[in-house]
Amino acid sequence: MANPSAVCNGHLHHHHQKQNNLLKSGICKKNGITKGIKKNGISNGTLYKKKFVEHFEQAPMYVAVFTFLGFGVGTIFGYLRDFMRAWGLEKRNVATEREQQKDFVPLYQDFENFYTRNLYMRIRDNWNRPICSVPGPQFDLMERVTDDYNWTFRFTGRIIKNVINMGSYNYLGFAETDVNALKTVTIELQKYGTGICSTRQEMGTLDKHVELEKLVATFLGVEDAMVFGMGFATNSMNIPALVGKGCLILSDELNHTSLVLGARLSGATIRIFKHNNIQSLEKLLRDAIIYGQPRSRRAWRKIIILVEGIYSMEGSIVRLPEIVSLKKKYKAYLYLDEAHSIGAVGATGRGVVEYFGMSPDDVDVLMGTFTKSFGAAGGYIAGKKDLVDFLRTHSHSAVYATSMCPPVAEQIIRAMKCVMGLDGTTQGLQRVRQLGKNTRYFRRRLHEMGFIIYGNDDSPVVPLLLYMPGKIGAFARRMLEKNIGVVVVGFPATPITESRARFCVSAAHTREMLDTVLNALDELGDFLHLKYSRYSKSSHPELYEETRLELED
Amino acid sequence: MDIKSMKNYLYWLYCQFELITCSYLMEPWEKLLFYTFNITMLVMVLYTAYIFVSVHISTAFQFFLHLFGNQHENTVSVVK
Repeated sequence: MANPSAVCNGHLHHHHQKQNNLLKSGICKKNGITKGIKKNGISNGTLYKKKFVEHFEQAPMYVAVFTFLGFGVGTIFGYLRDFMRAWGLEKRNVATEREQQKDFVPLYQDFENFYTRNLYMRIRDNWNRPICSVPGPQFDLMERVTDDYNWTFRFTGRIIKNVINMGSYNYLGFAETDVNALKTVTIELQKYGTGICSTRQEMGTLDKHVELEKLVATFLGVEDAMVFGMGFATNSMNIPALVGKGCLILSDELNHTSLVLGARLSGATIRIFKHNNIQSLEKLLRDAIIYGQPRSRRAWRKIIILVEGIYSMEGSIVRLPEIVSLKKKYKAYLYLDEAHSIGAVGATGRGVVEYFGMSPDDVDVLMGTFTKSFGAAGGYIAGKKDLVDFLRTHSHSAVYATSMCPPVAEQIIRAMKCVMGLDGTTQGLQRVRQLGKNTRYFRRRLHEMGFIIYGNDDSPVVPLLLYMPGKIGAFARRMLEKNIGVVVVGFPATPITESRARFCVSAAHTREMLDTVLNALDELGDFLHLKYSRYSKSSHPELYEETRLELED
Repeated sequence: MDIKSMKNYLYWLYCQFELITCSYLMEPWEKLLFYTFNITMLVMVLYTAYIFVSVHISTAFQFFLHLFGNQHENTVSVVK
């Protein structure tokens, strides 16, 4: 609880005491700078046990100029097409009102969808591509063509086989159809069927859920856990249960929509801090404690910090040790959303908490999803037993939403047992190691080739910057011609000048598949002129590995 | 060989132009409109340059010559 008097009196004395004890002062911060012993190449030497390297290189200025030029031309032609549509020179393909309704208040806001109508439609064939196999390291794609420039599609009936999958969040490779692997899932399917037909609080709690929750708690090293049927709903339905009016939410700039929705639904005051920026967060915390609530100046009932483990659009990892030290200093709560990082980082796949070598008691609410690394669906919230018991009674999801279905729960159980090694093999650990190797190899090769890549060196999410709107469509189409499926992201999800292609490395990718993708990227990078990096390393990395002191720009 | 690599290079430049100005995304009639507009603008600029630049340069040259000529006379008179 943020109690001003405790901070002013008790904490200041506590802070002063720690200053004298530099050796143990890993947590002590003064003006945002840690006074710890600095080790070679590691800043914040006592907080971070290994190098924390993140890249967010800026492209040369001419790239931004060309990007705006491209958008400008697109906008002009958008206005032209809209004019033609309004004056009947061209057929209208979007929704319009009937003739009788023309005098009423307009139902469809024409200008709001300007971007969708005029720019997105032109390259729409790169999204929503239907696949017809399991999204493993390779998948089968249904071929579709368009006759009227992407307004409608039709399927030719042909199936493109074995497209290399660089877009699925299949980090540990558990999206598989191998009969031996799915044996227990088949048994549970035959025992329980597929439907639950009830909510958790009525008749929807099965023994499978209890088993799964105990397993999740053991996996994470916490007291208790609760699972929900849908990952998005875990965030949006449980944050309102934890905070309400009179509380303060400090949320990262680039948080996922589920966190933003949950925060807005709760009715608490929301303040945004710059992405992964500890100084910005500390300033907000200090202001919150000093000034209290906006009009009444009372202390905030609760201050909660919402962060994610790995941010899926940037590939950056949260600065957890510093945030935990801040939260302890200012007595705030921490809600960590490990949707992409559980199973994907950490020596044994236990997420960012293990990656930084911290204890799970440091984080108040651990949240994660089973969609990404475990090949299933659903989410969990874990932490102290009091917290989880509270959520069992007060969460909207527990009261109203259907619970997870048993075969999916069994898939999570078998995947988690595999990762923990409880099934008697070392397959889980091998998968985690393979993912780490693949990630490092892929990122290193892309850096060497000269592309601009965002994010931490250890994160399996690799965004490759494309910048110009024309290149988004060209990139995705040409990669598909080479039989590689990628996900490209443009304006509303990313800033307007920074459109990107996002690769998700998987433990199921073999070295040959990654080499195929890298060679294709090399060729395409030369053809489309995407290699903007000014810091590309040579192709002899062994000369650089040992002596690298990371200076980040 | 040189001609072939030159042609490839020009084709690559043309592709870059298409990508940067988003004309890669346009339908054929839009491309026609866009290129017509661009080429018309370019031709007009070149024509204007051809007509007027030579006149401007010769006028400027004369002006500077006059300036230097005057100065030369002035210095000569002072020395004397």
